[in-house]
Amino acid sequence: MSTRSIVILGNGITGITAARNIRKRSDDDRITVVSGETDHHFSRTALMYIFMGDMTYADTKPYEDGFWPKNRIELKRGWVDAIDTTATRLTFSNGDSLPYDELIIATGSQPNRLGWPGQDLQGVQGLYSLQDLESMEKLCPTTKRAVIAGGGLIGVEVAEMLLTRGIAVTFLVREKSFWGSVLPEGESKLVGREILRHGIDLSLQSEIQEILPDAAGRARAVKTKAGDEIPCEMVFLTAGVSPNIAVARAAGVECDRGVLVDEFFRTATPHVWAGGDCAQHRTVPAGRRPVEQVWYTGKLHGEHIAANICGESLPYQPGIWFNSAKFFDIEYQTYGTVLPKPRDGEQSFYWEHPDGDKSIRVNFRGDTGELVGVNVFGIRHRHLVWEHWIAAGTTVTEAMSDLGAANFDPEFFRQYEPEIVAAFNAAHPQSAATLRTRKGLFTRVFQRLFKSASPRGAVAVSAMTP
Amino acid sequence: MKDLTANLAYESHSLTPGGHRLAPLEQLGLALCGVGFMVLLAGYFTASDVSSGVRAIWLGLAWGGVVSGTLLYGLHKHLSENAGVRNHGKTTESLTARGALGWILAVLLTAFYVVLYWFPEMFGGITRLHDPLSQALRGRPADHWFLYGTAYTVGTTIMGAKALAKYRHSRYQVVRTLVIMASQLVMAYLLPGFLASINQPEAYLTYFWPLAYENLFPGSIQGLMNRGAFGTFVVAWSFISIFVATPILTYFYGKRWYCSWVCGCGGLANTVGDSFRQISDKSLRAWQVERYTVYGVLVFIVLVTGLLWLEPYMPAYMHEPLYMLRKTYGFLIGMVLAGVVGVGAYPLMGTRVWCRFFCPMAAVLGIIQRFFSRFRITTNGGQCISCGNCSKYCEMGIDVRSYAQRGENIVRASCVGCGVCATVCPRGVLSLENGPTEDRLKGYTAPTQPVITKSVKRVAMR
Repeated sequence: MSTRSIVILGNGITGITAARNIRKRSDDDRITVVSGETDHHFSRTALMYIFMGDMTYADTKPYEDGFWPKNRIELKRGWVDAIDTTATRLTFSNGDSLPYDELIIATGSQPNRLGWPGQDLQGVQGLYSLQDLESMEKLCPTTKRAVIAGGGLIGVEVAEMLLTRGIAVTFLVREKSFWGSVLPEGESKLVGREILRHGIDLSLQSEIQEILPDAAGRARAVKTKAGDEIPCEMVFLTAGVSPNIAVARAAGVECDRGVLVDEFFRTATPHVWAGGDCAQHRTVPAGRRPVEQVWYTGKLHGEHIAANICGESLPYQPGIWFNSAKFFDIEYQTYGTVLPKPRDGEQSFYWEHPDGDKSIRVNFRGDTGELVGVNVFGIRHRHLVWEHWIAAGTTVTEAMSDLGAANFDPEFFRQYEPEIVAAFNAAHPQSAATLRTRKGLFTRVFQRLFKSASPRGAVAVSAMTP
Repeated sequence: MKDLTANLAYESHSLTPGGHRLAPLEQLGLALCGVGFMVLLAGYFTASDVSSGVRAIWLGLAWGGVVSGTLLYGLHKHLSENAGVRNHGKTTESLTARGALGWILAVLLTAFYVVLYWFPEMFGGITRLHDPLSQALRGRPADHWFLYGTAYTVGTTIMGAKALAKYRHSRYQVVRTLVIMASQLVMAYLLPGFLASINQPEAYLTYFWPLAYENLFPGSIQGLMNRGAFGTFVVAWSFISIFVATPILTYFYGKRWYCSWVCGCGGLANTVGDSFRQISDKSLRAWQVERYTVYGVLVFIVLVTGLLWLEPYMPAYMHEPLYMLRKTYGFLIGMVLAGVVGVGAYPLMGTRVWCRFFCPMAAVLGIIQRFFSRFRITTNGGQCISCGNCSKYCEMGIDVRSYAQRGENIVRASCVGCGVCATVCPRGVLSLENGPTEDRLKGYTAPTQPVITKSVKRVAMR
């Protein structure tokens, strides 16, 4: 293959994964990664840790700076103004231009601005880029209270960050309960309690009417739809993100919400590919969404683009959905599909620890008992196990019996499988499970000696009270 | 509308980045600790004719101030916050981010070790101050090693209590910290003291050759063999500990059973040094250097020990060079690297400089862990978000993230299994596990059909 010039727009996880994987496959291609945000790839997911002083910016770079020249991946800093898809050339805001043979658009997303009056005032921002963090650093010293509008993962991160600077936080959430569009009621309330426990003023069913300016053009208060006026010096817009596609759209690359791509991540324009947060699948993979803005899908997209650009034919099959997050001190993992309300024909089992900070929800089909999805809060579970169970159509009874195999908590942590399975058996006696536990050496020797009648490797817990 | 002033408590905090404004109780704690240290230093002027009772009171005031003050400060700092990972400000505060306070502490620690090893008389009356304690514990007057052992044990215990408060959300860290505190207090302080008091060899049973390099020197063994049954036991333990217990335990649990549960060096690092763990160098270059130095020291001590055993068969002119070689090891490795650099550099190079770059015991354990062990850090599928907390807080400078983000398990010779990477991970990606060796190195490849390997099931169903 002759030497091609592959230009990647965006040095986030998608662009960088594509660059690395193209280099793995091809020694000849010239690879250039363009970013206006930073010189080097860093982990956007760690922005909060930079702000809180857990890590420095340098710590968030997954590769040492020498990695790029060593792998002949050229890094170009600059904002792209326009893409000329007929002349196959990029134009930068400083007038530079860069020709390409293949172009990968991986421009990520931008915080939603839903058209509130005052949303462009100083002190109103989202949290997505390093520049957002810099602006926070600049304004926080003169901020006593901040309003966060939009209850999602980024909002919780911002709240946690602000608390470490002694800034009071009012959290405005449109829904009846926190992240209620994604989480079922039990989990949503659990997270709500965690937010309150950290001293956040959580205001449910509350929305911004407008953001009021002071004389200098900085936000001074938020007016809610209920008519309250909340004095504040900063406003964070965290009602989700949307694909950052202005440049692609202006270049005539076919877009809907995101840049439209086929299962090989080709856009409608020749020699232009797209992936990551900014891409939208024309054909939505089973059990997935058209636009998925999470870290690992960005990585998967990058891997697929690299394979396809190098002549392989690798269609996108992302498999079972999974995700994770942390709400202050409570970790959350989800595998498969768990909607706020179970779909028709689905049953939902929910267990919550009396402390209210640990829970598990297992959704399954009412007729066959096949697993559909799981939410876990405050307990770590094993990705591999749930992925296998859900993909293989394992029944809820089987999964409950082997629940210990899914536990990923550290050693010495209390395990709640007996309680969970007992509660499950009480709620679903027709699907009752017997929890299998691994026997220690002494038990096995003891059993051997006294020829215990109980079956090997099994212990009944159904008699336990839930 | 809710009362928005309900949150005003938060506004009393400092507004500087990561700045932790001290609560009044914490200020009092630090003041008490400072007074305690000053009382201790004033002990320098203790004349030898001061009565034992006065010394005991003086010593009690000194250590009492340090202990109560540190506990007050440390426990309040962590218990006043919700339980959870709180590493805020580690990269911005002077003490923990190589600022002026860090440098000052490094100079003080270094000076302490220089005095301890080469100018112990400079402790003056401070050593004398410890006579009553030494008499009570060991039935003999204090020397500078007793002073050192006392300070080491007090530090491990009180800062261990602080670590318990800090990591109280993780039972792994709580159990491990308790064990490592007990290991220092009982096995490396009270027991040797008791043995000395009943005129038995002052054995430190948790320090094995080649860390306690003299354990297998022919001279030490001969000396112990003349000390009766217990001496013989200590000699037997010296061999069993390294040649039997170490390989077996490391096969089952990895290096951590020693480095993070038993060893006093690890104990100090994970208690007194916990605030400095993030300073360790994560670069590839540091890893390259580490491999030469740590195995270099191992070769050095094996050579010295072997040659000492061969000494009787050597011509007489070899005895002097051999003596010099042995002295060089003791000076360079045993004192300069283990003490002065190993602890003195805590605030500048992180807490495990000795363990990572120089400790020959760590080298032995590392070889076993890397090639013949059931231990690994499991990466949980594709959940890693590359945030880098694991790498940042790895005291051994392992770039944990580089494995985790590829879905690979972490099997590294240097890993001491402290478990902090798994503790600080915000996505539940890492777990320390012992399991069958066959698929230990395997990773997760998304999104092909996964299988539950034998290993996963057997590991998980505890």
